[in-house]
Amino acid sequence: MIQVENLTKYYGNIPAIEDITFTAEKGEILGFLGPNGAGKTTTMRILSCFMPATKGTAKVAGYDVFKDSLEVRKRIGYQPENVPTYRDMSVSAYLNFVAQVRGIDRRERKTKIGKVMDECGITEVSGKLIGKLSKGYRQRVGIAQALVHDPEVLILDEPTIGLDPRQIHGMRDLIKNLGGKRTIILSTHILPEVSMTCQRVVIINEGRLIAVDTPDNLMARLQKGTKILAEIEGPPDDIMKELKGVSGVTKIEKKDAKSENTFTYLIDSTIDRDIRKELFATISKNGWSLTEIRQIDMSLEDIFLKLVTEEKD
Amino acid sequence: MVNFYAILKKELGSYFKSPIAYMVIAVFSVISGYFFYSLFALFGVMSVQSMNNPNMQSALNITEEVVGPAFSTMSILILFMAPFLTMRLFSEEKKSGTIELLMTFPIKDIEIIMGKFGACFLTFLVMLVPTLFYQVILFILGKPELGPVISGYIGIILLGASFISLGILISTMTENQIIAAVVTFGALLLFWIIQWGASFAGPVFAKVLIQLSIIEHYQEFARGVIDTNDVIFYGLFAFFFLFLTMRSLESKKWRG
Repeated sequence: MIQVENLTKYYGNIPAIEDITFTAEKGEILGFLGPNGAGKTTTMRILSCFMPATKGTAKVAGYDVFKDSLEVRKRIGYQPENVPTYRDMSVSAYLNFVAQVRGIDRRERKTKIGKVMDECGITEVSGKLIGKLSKGYRQRVGIAQALVHDPEVLILDEPTIGLDPRQIHGMRDLIKNLGGKRTIILSTHILPEVSMTCQRVVIINEGRLIAVDTPDNLMARLQKGTKILAEIEGPPDDIMKELKGVSGVTKIEKKDAKSENTFTYLIDSTIDRDIRKELFATISKNGWSLTEIRQIDMSLEDIFLKLVTEEKD
Repeated sequence: MVNFYAILKKELGSYFKSPIAYMVIAVFSVISGYFFYSLFALFGVMSVQSMNNPNMQSALNITEEVVGPAFSTMSILILFMAPFLTMRLFSEEKKSGTIELLMTFPIKDIEIIMGKFGACFLTFLVMLVPTLFYQVILFILGKPELGPVISGYIGIILLGASFISLGILISTMTENQIIAAVVTFGALLLFWIIQWGASFAGPVFAKVLIQLSIIEHYQEFARGVIDTNDVIFYGLFAFFFLFLTMRSLESKKWRG
């Protein structure tokens, strides 16, 4: 559905993005992840035909974003960063305007606008001026605007920024529901958001593509071994010594004290198998008491930091 | 055509749902009304005096003393008002970021520009409507010629269209409405006074300067003469600046 090849954009002499290549299949939700200023917005602006690339090509539904800009624009719904809207228009007047320029037939307009307002939960504010709405509602109006013509591709630039936690939750549900039929590209610098909503992740940093994969694959790829967290009551020095002897343990670290004699320990293991049973056996053999033991999964945050720092090395 | 109409409607909405249009129209009406009143009252005084002076009587002409000057002052007022009508057209979209939406809708640039131009032009025409009232008073109380009134309005309308086209161009260049208004005013004023240099320029250059003057072409209309030369000048002027506006919108495609 979306093919991006060697996309490069210079602002003057400063590269905003360099050699970005990725694809998105029909019905896929693709997450764009990167720190602020990484080039997410630039890439999205090129895909939405707002500005051309310096080099490289981008195709949406087979049409080139530069040569067949009008055809591409017909097929996408775009919500720019910070959700610009006409604040002096009412919600329904605004959606009506958008429906009109999106070429929706006069007879269909009313039902389509009604449907999209329902979908985004803004029916109750349809008569209000957009400028008077709260940020959460404005954000929904922005999404409704991008959806009104039922586009094949939806491009959302930071759709959850500035929302409160409850609204963020609602927005994620909305986006997940929208996927399946449509190809969605969304950008964010909030990491958990990607693993929650997206099927695949594109990670960019300083204008360069670092990785394109599913969140699970990324974790598997970077997880060289497992980390285990254990809370044990007993003499710390003995515990450290004994547990070090368990096969598979590469490193053991004493963390914070829970009480006088109870500490949490962070245990690294190389081997790709669960060593919790062996650890437990050793602990009980020595007569210490175990209050907690669990495996720590590498979060997307760790992956991201690791990828970004690896890149620098 | 649907897109043009959609933009036109949206722009008219933002003129008339906000106080901008009403304020500009109100200020224009008050000042043009005062000008008209002064010219008309002066003519009244002169008429009374001429009752004792037969020589003066023959020289008195309501078309030349009231209609002509009224149109001339109206044109100056429009010079002041036009920048306030055009300043927000693109600069507001740039400031609020809605330009990004507008440019990613499947609309052609020319539809956007013509929609905005059309809305501004219609607002300008609405602004002229109250001045029709002055003409009605003139026709009730005096016997002016109809020709110069009609040609005066044609001139004013052409002049307004030219001013608006230049104002739109400048509003695409900045996101600051005040800058847009000031630069538009300055540019219009320059086109207004450009023939002043003609008095000390060479014969050919002087002719060019006079031809370029936006007000020189208007004088004939105020006198009741519709010259194709003048009509073509205003047509070209508006076309040229709307064309530059298109180029200016497109320039984001090749500028870094």
